[in-house]
Amino acid sequence: MKRWLPFAAFTVLLAFLFAGLWLDPREVPSPFIGKPAPAFTLPVLERPGQTFSPAQARGEPWLLNVWAPWCRTCRKEHPFLMQLAASGVRLYGLNWQDQAREAAALLAEIGNPYVLNAVDQDGRAGIDWGVTGVPETFLIDADGVVRAKHSGPLSERVWNRKFAPLLQGKGS
Amino acid sequence: MIPELGHFSLIVALLLAVVQGTLPLVGAQTGNASLMAVARPAALGQLAFIGLAFASLAYAFLTNDFSVKNVASNSFSQLPPVYRLTATWGSHEGSMLLWVLMLAGWTAALTVLSRRLPAQTRARVLGVLGLVSVGFLAFVVATSNPFERLLPPPADGRDLNPLLQDAGMILHPPMLYMGYVGFSVSFAFALAALLDGRLDAAWARWARPWTTVAWVFLTVGIALGSWWAYRELGWGGWWFWDPTENASLMPWLAGTALIHSLAVAERRGQLLAWTLFLSIATFAMSLLGTFLIRSGVLSSVHAFANDPARGLFILALLAVVIGGSLLLYAWRFPRGGAPEAFGWVSRESLLVANNALLLAALATVMLGTLYPLFLDALGFGKVSVGPPYFDAVFVPLFAPLLFLVAVGPLTPWRQGSAATLAHRMRWAFVGALVLAVAVPLAQGDIRPLAALGVFLGAWILFGVVVGLAQAPSRGSGLRTLPRGYWGMQVAHAGLAVMVLGITLVSNYQSERDVRMDVGDHVDLAGHRFVFKGATGHPGPNYVADRATVEVTTPGGGSFVLYPEKRKYNATGAGMTEAAVRTGVLGDLYVSLGEHLGGKAWSVRVYHKPFVGWLWAGGALMALGGLLAASDRRYRRAPAPAEAPA
Amino acid sequence: MSGLRRWGVPLALLVTSAVAVEAPPNADDPALERRLLALTADLRCVVCQNESLAESRAPLAKDLRQEVRDLMRQGRTDPEVVEYLTARYGDFVLYRPPFKPVTYLLWIGPALFLGAGGIAWFLAIRRRQCRTAADRILDGDSGTDPPLS
Repeated sequence: MKRWLPFAAFTVLLAFLFAGLWLDPREVPSPFIGKPAPAFTLPVLERPGQTFSPAQARGEPWLLNVWAPWCRTCRKEHPFLMQLAASGVRLYGLNWQDQAREAAALLAEIGNPYVLNAVDQDGRAGIDWGVTGVPETFLIDADGVVRAKHSGPLSERVWNRKFAPLLQGKGS
Repeated sequence: MIPELGHFSLIVALLLAVVQGTLPLVGAQTGNASLMAVARPAALGQLAFIGLAFASLAYAFLTNDFSVKNVASNSFSQLPPVYRLTATWGSHEGSMLLWVLMLAGWTAALTVLSRRLPAQTRARVLGVLGLVSVGFLAFVVATSNPFERLLPPPADGRDLNPLLQDAGMILHPPMLYMGYVGFSVSFAFALAALLDGRLDAAWARWARPWTTVAWVFLTVGIALGSWWAYRELGWGGWWFWDPTENASLMPWLAGTALIHSLAVAERRGQLLAWTLFLSIATFAMSLLGTFLIRSGVLSSVHAFANDPARGLFILALLAVVIGGSLLLYAWRFPRGGAPEAFGWVSRESLLVANNALLLAALATVMLGTLYPLFLDALGFGKVSVGPPYFDAVFVPLFAPLLFLVAVGPLTPWRQGSAATLAHRMRWAFVGALVLAVAVPLAQGDIRPLAALGVFLGAWILFGVVVGLAQAPSRGSGLRTLPRGYWGMQVAHAGLAVMVLGITLVSNYQSERDVRMDVGDHVDLAGHRFVFKGATGHPGPNYVADRATVEVTTPGGGSFVLYPEKRKYNATGAGMTEAAVRTGVLGDLYVSLGEHLGGKAWSVRVYHKPFVGWLWAGGALMALGGLLAASDRRYRRAPAPAEAPA
Repeated sequence: MSGLRRWGVPLALLVTSAVAVEAPPNADDPALERRLLALTADLRCVVCQNESLAESRAPLAKDLRQEVRDLMRQGRTDPEVVEYLTARYGDFVLYRPPFKPVTYLLWIGPALFLGAGGIAWFLAIRRRQCRTAADRILDGDSGTDPPLS
């Protein structure tokens, strides 16, 4: 019997390695899934003098898209964000680490899909949300609970796979 | 034209590998001598064509042919010629080409150096190697073609990663691959024995020198990688338990167990079935390592660009090669000779313990490396397993092994006596204890782990001395001791030297992180470092800020170090080039940080006591292995009907 | 007193003190910095995922180190700092895996392997000794063992 042990053990290992090909070891899962969205109060880019907190977005599901003007990948997802906004998705932006303050000019040039942008100049709010880079997008439900997080640019495929099912389940 | 020639050569080589992997095996099975004889020309032909392919790629790099995608991605017109050459293996595709070249080289060496093998066995060994070659050549041709064109060709390349532009890059991958690939030879011997249906000490004798040489190369490859990281990463670390490093450590642990198991198999005709299994397992570790690095399954700073298609191919290769071998192993479960008894205290017993401990260490490294994958695949979330884990678990596993290393060579075969051993080693024990207290004290303070490490290193070294001192009393002078014996002692001594280096540098290194203006000084470990400012300094493919640091030693001598901060022209990538002063008793390491305005810079100075012993130990281990592999008995024709010695 | 002699000594002091200075540490508080480096060496940088938070030169790593510095200055203990980071980034950020049910196997594994190795060694030796003793009985040996050299 013990002659089969190595083969059996190897087969188990192979199964795990096979599964591993479909996983992304670099993705940092968010500990906030299923928990209330972390709070912050930040100035609004589009309306100087006003501030925004996540609590203000309650009532319907919404997205928080973390982006920066210097981020090239963010530009790649921008057309899709415009599409989302046009189709009625409530898209809020977190303007992250924009030291050069280029966000307003950039949005004026390429279009603004956001309901509004919260300006996180020093990145503190980003740290509170566990942001590891840009772009990242969070889905928060009507009660202010984080439901999903995606690291990397949003696309039709990612949307359909990760976010759309959750939105349908809640009957927006 | 030349790249196309290279591509064509690869395809021809693949066809030759198919021939080499099929006809000789059929011939061995049916006793057809002419089919068996096909192996040799096929193997040599393979080497010729792969050599041609490799030369084509190297040529493309040396002549800056940016129409070849690989060259455009990894080279640059200003890159110094030597690095243009090493860039040939600086990418996934290029390094796979190096891999198949090494495999062809080992196979060709086998055809030349194994005339005394029975024809059937030789045909089977070469046949198996041919099959392995088919797998890898198919992988290269199908998914990793280094000769892909980029049209229209860019004006210039994207440069070789600055971290790779170092002397370590010249030798580290070739040595490493010689090791990884070399274990395919012992693998082939194992499968040949399973196919032959016959397993005896003679098999172990044939396989052993090849396995030892492969182990030597892997040892050198790993040591070079560690040395290179130390010099290139800017802060003097030398091992990070990174998945890629673990991927090379796992075959090394298995290979070390294998060469020790082969000792019992060759000398006593015992543990044959186990040794055969271990031969398969060691090559499996090589293949597993290749998979882990190139599939993107584990995140590593070292990993090549990920491509799931490649990952799938290598996994299939792994499944077929190792799965097939283990099936064969289970089916033709080898029965060695009648098991002989040996005492609880005997050389055999200690070598079995050696294997048990090394395999426990191997299992641990594998567990730690793959655990994040296991959990993620089972949906339990993500954890990270890093140096704190490995450092914590590795020491308790390795310490008992190190203790036994001193005892093993002094223990007779079949039956030894604990009392005799204790008596022979009494002064070694006392001496090691004394040093375990004295050396840490001399370094500053006695720390338990430092004392343990020094004890074990000294214990092994004194054991070697005892062994050599008492050898003449057994009737032969030192000069007539066989090379195999010298090899063992030198390799063990090398291990001890490495352990001492690791212990002392880990426990007693010191650093200062300071802000330095022109004329400022900082003192560390009795040395004074005076900062003389930094000036611009152009290099072949970079511009650098080069600082001048004058160092005065406690003895009154002085020298100058030039740490740099470089910016590479092609990509703008920055890099810190530390300045290192190597010494027998330790290194002084100066690293330039950020420019703080004016003439002030942030500077880090390190004192790394005995760090050089790490790599000196590795070199000694390799030397020991070479001595052992070149023992006269492997070069002598075996007497007919040889009984296990 | 001549002008040089009057001003010579203070001038000389000024010049030498501007030149031969013992370089000050980069950090404002070296002891805190040492504590920071020790703690962050065991934390994983979430951006450059194969470097520790102490070594990584990524901008986010710098920000996180500053965050840790601030927390330490506020008087938080090491476990509290770690808790702060894992609340935001999960266990992923720990290079020393926590001892939880999901990692029991990881931490106990090495001891199990060592134990299994020991048992295997023991059985391997004993099996041979029993077997050859049994063989001798079956062969009808007199019972005195031949000397094992």
